Amino acid sequence: MNNSIVRLFGVVILMFTVLVVWTSRWTVFSATALNDNHLNSLSYYASLKVKRGTIYAADGHTVLARSVKRAGGTWKRAYPQGSLYSQIVGYYFPELGQPPTGLEAASNASLKGLQSPLTNLFGSFNGTATVGDDVYTTIDPTAQKLARQLLEHAVTAYGATSGSVVAIVPQTGAVKVMYSVPSYNDNKPSAKCLLPNCSQFFNALQGGYPPGSTFKLVTTTAALDSGKFTPDSIFSGNSPVTVSGHSLENDGNASYGQVTLTDALTNSINTVYGPLGLTLGSKLMQRYMDRYGFYAVPPLDFPANQLSISGEYFGPGSCFHNKHTLLLRVTNSCVDLGRTAIGQANLAVTPLQMAMVVSTIANNGKLMQPRLVSKVVNNAGQTVRANSPQEDDQVMSSKVAGELQVMMRKVVEEGTGTSANLEGLNIGGKTGTASTGGTRNGQPLDDAWFVGFPEGNPKIAVAVELTNIENGFGGTYAAPIAAQVIKTLLAEHQ
Amino acid sequence: MRARNWELFGLIPAALLVSAGFAAVYIQRSNHLSTVSLVYGGLFLGLCVVAHIFIRVTLPYADPFIFPLVAVLACFGVVMVYRIDGATMARQQAQWFVLGLVLFAATVLWFRDYRKLENYRYLIMLGSLVLLVLPRIPHFGVESGGAYVAVHLPGITFQPIEFGKVGLVIFLASYLRDHRQALASGRKILGYRIPPLKHLGPLLVLWGAAMLALIVIKDIGSSLMFYGALLAIIYVATDRISFVVVGVLLFAGGAWYLGTHIQHIDARVEDWLHPFQYRVYTAPLGSYQLANAQFTMAAGGLFGQGFGQSMITIPGTQSQFVPFPDTDMIYSIITGDLGLFGSAGLLCVYVMFVGRGFKAAMLARDSFSKLLAIGLSSVVALQVFVIVGGVTRVIPLTGVPLPFVSYGGSSILANFVLIALLLLISDRARRPASAL
Repeated sequence: MNNSIVRLFGVVILMFTVLVVWTSRWTVFSATALNDNHLNSLSYYASLKVKRGTIYAADGHTVLARSVKRAGGTWKRAYPQGSLYSQIVGYYFPELGQPPTGLEAASNASLKGLQSPLTNLFGSFNGTATVGDDVYTTIDPTAQKLARQLLEHAVTAYGATSGSVVAIVPQTGAVKVMYSVPSYNDNKPSAKCLLPNCSQFFNALQGGYPPGSTFKLVTTTAALDSGKFTPDSIFSGNSPVTVSGHSLENDGNASYGQVTLTDALTNSINTVYGPLGLTLGSKLMQRYMDRYGFYAVPPLDFPANQLSISGEYFGPGSCFHNKHTLLLRVTNSCVDLGRTAIGQANLAVTPLQMAMVVSTIANNGKLMQPRLVSKVVNNAGQTVRANSPQEDDQVMSSKVAGELQVMMRKVVEEGTGTSANLEGLNIGGKTGTASTGGTRNGQPLDDAWFVGFPEGNPKIAVAVELTNIENGFGGTYAAPIAAQVIKTLLAEHQ
Repeated sequence: MRARNWELFGLIPAALLVSAGFAAVYIQRSNHLSTVSLVYGGLFLGLCVVAHIFIRVTLPYADPFIFPLVAVLACFGVVMVYRIDGATMARQQAQWFVLGLVLFAATVLWFRDYRKLENYRYLIMLGSLVLLVLPRIPHFGVESGGAYVAVHLPGITFQPIEFGKVGLVIFLASYLRDHRQALASGRKILGYRIPPLKHLGPLLVLWGAAMLALIVIKDIGSSLMFYGALLAIIYVATDRISFVVVGVLLFAGGAWYLGTHIQHIDARVEDWLHPFQYRVYTAPLGSYQLANAQFTMAAGGLFGQGFGQSMITIPGTQSQFVPFPDTDMIYSIITGDLGLFGSAGLLCVYVMFVGRGFKAAMLARDSFSKLLAIGLSSVVALQVFVIVGGVTRVIPLTGVPLPFVSYGGSSILANFVLIALLLLISDRARRPASAL
């Protein structure tokens, strides 16, 4: 009998070995798959008990997002500023079954707090919350509020269907203002939030618009920095000319005779810039667009799926019977290079991208990576991360940038941008009036643009875009908004 | 060192475990708990020492490791119950522990010559079968997850199967002691020895009973437990593997048939095979519990999330992430907290316990004692296999308590009777001839 008892014990050992092997299957070998299983709501439930960090504006006390305690020891997000910052902050409501958006997503790791292994040893019991780190943004509350006020005025007074203001500190990339109309209330994100009064689509980062004549800054950069031309190079300003087989005219079909490149920018002469683009060639244009950040996801600390790439977009059927919308480089034969050089053709550019362009010129040719988060501070008040300025690219020489700054000052002094010429600010800029092809009340609709900075004191660079204004000259509608924002921001940082 | 001193020495791990465990829980909850909670730990340990003194007096020759191993399991259990349910439930568990020790003492004193149990074997069998079908009586039994394993008495829910398992093992050990010679003999047909039908008959009846129990209580785990204990005892009694092979085949055949023809068992099999299908996960008798237990174990990983880290209550609600975290599913919480290493360590303690039980069987001088010790140890091993195997998806899940660890009165009481019998056997087996 004893022999069979020994063998029976062998069977017991075998059975328990099976139990250990199966336990290790779930704890080790299949653990990753189980943790990622779509039915596994453990991490979601755990997140309900986390007191996420507060998000502040640049002043350090305006609260953009905070956690509010609820029954059962759980926390819920609240956004006291609502639509004024909703596009930047986004929302975090895991109970909606949607992923977080905006800074709530981009700074998620900081906001939810990282548990150190030491606290995990004994861990926290039910009811004890984990506390996340606070995130300080770069946004200036006063200027942000002003931008909203000016944009909403453009909607009510001029019938703009949307509009954006982006203001960047050229030397650091810190984003001081970023607002678009329409916005939405992130306390109640809803699929029913639709244009014209409500949109979760952030035009400043996601909207693609023809940049119009503001793009001539890119063309000018290519012309000067390549060494092929100087601000004093002479061109024929007569209208019309034929570009890519079609007639290209100046505004009002005005002819300017023999002009310098500076004159051409001041008066935004299409018949100079169209042929100039063709002269420079697609490779050179492409090179400078790449340097400015076109054709790439902008290096903003924001979720990549909420950032649009600026470039030439071809809808279905518009390039060799393409089935889907294509993003094509300007070297592609479908691209009308001459009209690209004046910011028309198939260009779709975000307001952020044009802010990056003007900020580069204001920062002597150096593009800094735009930043929304300045620092992360933990529960004990220690700064756990401070974002130092990051250089993205030296787009052009500082000499060329200086020449461009002078040319842009002239645009505001005596050219198309005179309505931005506020006393004592010495604003330099460039207007843009891009035809959208639509009409309202029998009048053609335009996207009105203005990009600018205070010349000689380039502490801020601004891009303003307004969509679908009847005869929407950038100099008339966008330039005053940019001037107000610049004035306010300069006064803030005296 | 004398056996009893070994035993006292063996209580040190239990003491450390219960002190560390309660201290950990206390540290974590000190913001809203008083030092009173620490008293439970001390109380629990005191009970173990009292039990040790009792064994020292009444069972001086018994195996010195069985009780410390049980103490480790029970202390671990009470810490886990405290961690999962809080002080009230832990106090109740400690109270059941006191009652269990009383029952333990009563059994030891009552059945000093446990072999007289043989005289009542048919009465015991009948009683055990009644206990098995008791939960099926309308308005008396409680259905839980489709199976009938508990009965309601005023103010208390009771799992009679826990006692039924001890009774059935006593009957089987006694019955097979009488028939082992006959079963091992018999004519040879085609090289195989076929036992005489009149001896084989009762075994077939037992197989039928196990299948019937499966149909009546709809509980594949319990029947696996009883049937496995039966096979273990037959194997030791006859030394013949052919019984086991035939027995396993018969059980497998029966289980397959019932598994595909009884809806409740069918659902359990479906949960077992496809716990992560959305349809199965959300179904009324679905895999929600089982799948969430897997998620909890996966979160545990190799070393665990830390004691007290596994999610018990869903934040903001009263519902539990893994239903029955303190009873049927306690293994998943242990794994989530302490990881693969923690749960493997727990399983090792069970293996050691079963090993000591088998050791007692080997030392025993008469067949009944041997078979009884084998049966009692095997039924504990099988119960661990059924519930841990169920939680880890080796087999379809059946809700039985993890012996000595799960919260629950009937389980503790019945297991203390089991321990008492095992120690009685061991005491008699190791007693020097002069003391007989």
